[in-house]
Amino acid sequence: MSDAIVPHKADVTHQSDAGTRRARLQYGRWLGRAFESDLFYSFRRSRVTMIAAAVTALFFLVAIFAPFIAVQNPFDPAQLELMNSRIAPLWTADGQAPFLLGTDEQGRDVFSAILYGLRISLAVGVLGVLFSGTLGIALGLIAGYVGGAVDGLIMRIADVQLTFPAILIALLIDGVVKSLFGNRLDAASTLGVLVFAIGLSFWVQYARTVRGSVMIEKNKDYVAAAQLIGLPAPVIMLRHVLPNAMGPILVIATINLALAIITEATLSFLGAGMPDTMPSLGTLIRIGNNYLFSGEWWIVAFPGFVLAALILSINLLGDWLRDALNPKLR
Amino acid sequence: MLAFTLRRAMQAVGVMIAVGIISFSMFRFAGDPVNQMVAIDTSAAQRAEIRKSLGLDDPVVVQFARYFGNAMQFKFGVSYQFRQPVADLLKERMPATLELAICATILAIVFGILMGVYSALRRDTFVTKILQAISLIGISLPTFLIGILLIYLFAVVLGWLPSFGRGDVVQIGWWKTGLLTASGLKALIMPSITLGLFQMTLIMRLVRAEMLEVLRTDYIRFARARGLTTSAIHFGHALKNTLVPVITVTGLQFGSVIAFAIITESVFQWPGMGLLFVQAVQNVDIPIMAAYLLMVSLIFVTINLVVDILYTVVDPRLRATISRPA
Amino acid sequence: MTEPVLSVRNLQVEFVTRRNTLRAIDGISFEIAKGEVLGVVGESGAGKSVTGLAIIGLIDRPGRIAGGSIYLSGMRIDDLPPQEMRRIRGKRIGMIFQDPLTSLNPLYRIGDQLVETIRTHTNLSEQGARKRAIDLLAEVGIPAPDKRIDAYPHEFSGGMRQRVVIALAICAEPELIIADEPTTALDVSVQAQIISLIKRLGRDHGTAVMLVTHDMGVIAETSDRVAVMYSGRIAEIGPVRDVVQNPLHPYAKGLMGAIPTLVGDAARLVQIPGSMPRLSAIPPGCAFNPRCAFAFDRCRIERPEPIRRGTQAVACHLYDAAGKESAA
Repeated sequence: MSDAIVPHKADVTHQSDAGTRRARLQYGRWLGRAFESDLFYSFRRSRVTMIAAAVTALFFLVAIFAPFIAVQNPFDPAQLELMNSRIAPLWTADGQAPFLLGTDEQGRDVFSAILYGLRISLAVGVLGVLFSGTLGIALGLIAGYVGGAVDGLIMRIADVQLTFPAILIALLIDGVVKSLFGNRLDAASTLGVLVFAIGLSFWVQYARTVRGSVMIEKNKDYVAAAQLIGLPAPVIMLRHVLPNAMGPILVIATINLALAIITEATLSFLGAGMPDTMPSLGTLIRIGNNYLFSGEWWIVAFPGFVLAALILSINLLGDWLRDALNPKLR
Repeated sequence: MLAFTLRRAMQAVGVMIAVGIISFSMFRFAGDPVNQMVAIDTSAAQRAEIRKSLGLDDPVVVQFARYFGNAMQFKFGVSYQFRQPVADLLKERMPATLELAICATILAIVFGILMGVYSALRRDTFVTKILQAISLIGISLPTFLIGILLIYLFAVVLGWLPSFGRGDVVQIGWWKTGLLTASGLKALIMPSITLGLFQMTLIMRLVRAEMLEVLRTDYIRFARARGLTTSAIHFGHALKNTLVPVITVTGLQFGSVIAFAIITESVFQWPGMGLLFVQAVQNVDIPIMAAYLLMVSLIFVTINLVVDILYTVVDPRLRATISRPA
Repeated sequence: MTEPVLSVRNLQVEFVTRRNTLRAIDGISFEIAKGEVLGVVGESGAGKSVTGLAIIGLIDRPGRIAGGSIYLSGMRIDDLPPQEMRRIRGKRIGMIFQDPLTSLNPLYRIGDQLVETIRTHTNLSEQGARKRAIDLLAEVGIPAPDKRIDAYPHEFSGGMRQRVVIALAICAEPELIIADEPTTALDVSVQAQIISLIKRLGRDHGTAVMLVTHDMGVIAETSDRVAVMYSGRIAEIGPVRDVVQNPLHPYAKGLMGAIPTLVGDAARLVQIPGSMPRLSAIPPGCAFNPRCAFAFDRCRIERPEPIRRGTQAVACHLYDAAGKESAA
């Protein structure tokens, strides 16, 4: 698609001297691809996508800078005062500064808790995607390149795992790991367990995609040529095969980020995820759910809204990315 | 045909054996069963005794064979929390889960098809845009949030529906049904919607996509050129061609519905297998987790096997259509 | 002269896209008499199929009839409400599409499809419609129709399926049949059979036939008259014999030169240079001017209107000038 703009670019560079032409080509290769590509065009055209991107970016920013925005550290029990428990949001009659969105039963500021919870949710989501992506890509490369019995085994496992919903697998892994370590796990290790459980639940799609593209590229002449000049197999795969599969992998990763965040939230909501001492958005919702009937709606409403907005934004981005990178699907 | 069926059946058995091994490993190695059964002050000698009586000193293969043999007879051991045979617990809880899952599926099929057909036929109307927004939300929102939202609206604010439990149940043999009492039906509404919403959006999107594709085909154009009525074309010719993949996908999804019932049952404290499983995970009740894994796998594998065989019976060409990603 | 079955006057069809409006049919007029076969020929994209769809009222959004009028036996049909137009489709106008493999609903028996169509347009009972369906299948040359009526489409060969499609198109004895490339998807050996079937049906029932094809050979064999279309306009129209033997329009000349004959020398096959312009890039003046060997200044500015020359009508400035000269 970017080839279509080449004649235009050539016209421009033709008039300038050789030095700037080289610079321009270098510059043009990067920025031109980025800004004149179909991807950016479709991005600019879709207002929904732009809003979704802005919301996602905002969530990441406030999560990263949470300590500077929050009025308290909700993970630090010393900062919580029971005197401040169950205060309604600021704009209601019973509101109290500085608790913008009210407080929960431990006197924890809901706004600060959401910021820190968002941090945990995004951390688990991103780490989970990185882990499942690395695992899936590695297994896909091995399956596609080695072939034979190894390929059969990996893909057989993938088939079987794909018939089970990821949440069930994550719950099981979570349960088993917990039973192995008993209840000795601290909050940080629980986060690790969640990343591990989510990673093991979502690797299949990457593996299938990468394997497919390896199978296509494997028999092409340049791979044989690379083998002939003595490049080792892993280098060939990483350098030549992976770039071709990058588009679909990016789409899967974006959609899986939303899925990973949902899975973490669900596990935490079910009481199998992050503990109350280091709550993620899902934990906050589970805590707040207990106060639904006593009238403290804000404890559950705001974390729920943030979670919904986050997932919706990432899903919209993923949808757009899929459509933009794969014109055939449109 | 027979060879195909046999091969699929062999694969299904293979999967079940693999799941059995995982289930057994959990049962045997994740946490010491003896520790879970005895008090802290039990002496080492007594522990060894129990260990021997449970057959934990036998070779692993023997233990596995025994475990698998017992599982075949639905003997899954005793729950750590409840001190009851797991099989009894599952049997008691199963009707609740099945009733919920079936109601949710019916709801999803009926509304999913209606909404899908509508949004395919009236592509640019306001209602269609709303339906598509709902479908996006249905796919994006976590199940438990939808449940909480429904509870807040219909139980807390409006007070119309109960927020937890099954209501009154009637005992028919060993099956406890909530379908025969008013309170039981009322209690079923919100959990069914919560559980069915995801499938509903899935079916709606599938019906819409299939319908749009079918409406573009030559035989629909030819049907229009023959002057058939619009309703005959839409509901006779187009919908019938849409339904075959929809029904197969829905069938395949039934296993997922049962698995996703874990979340819905937790939100609504619905006394089914899923709630039992979540409590087992929270309390590290390995026998229940292992048995639940086996049961759900059996359901999944059976459904997959039946659908696989049905494909070839109905139309061999369908296999290609179904296996494409949604 | 009696009233023509079909009369199209200055028809215009547009496709409105987000960027611009494309004119697929730009002011065409023609008539088809009872029992007459009009061949419509041209390259793909010339507007042949769109003309057929416009007549039967199946132009879908974003397309629309932008001007002109269509009369069926004297009755204007292009501005009818959808419900009334639906009653005309299949009953008074039958249509045959290109691909018999995809024209039939694969999930219904062909008998069901026939009975459904017959009962939509007549008051026949289920049994009566079934009997009529069997008669129709016999008429279009399906062997053992009383058995084959309960078969599914995929149990028929391509040629047999096209016969079923034809039976479906004529089941309410329409006055007009529009056949859109009815033989293109078929084997050469079957093509002739289907062509002669259409011709026979037209003759037996006095039906007017509009035969759309890009195959000049088919037209020469079947049609009484021929219309040559180019870029949404009729370049030339007239009796088949005259147009084939003495084409007037430079494009028609090229087209006739492209018909291989047994007597002619294969090397003499003429090829028209270039290709037909896209709808979004139709040049001003005569749409054919960039490819025309005889184009002069006027061709690039002014659009030629049809001019009568004997039995033929041709839209070309060459004949306007020639006509004036001979008159002077």
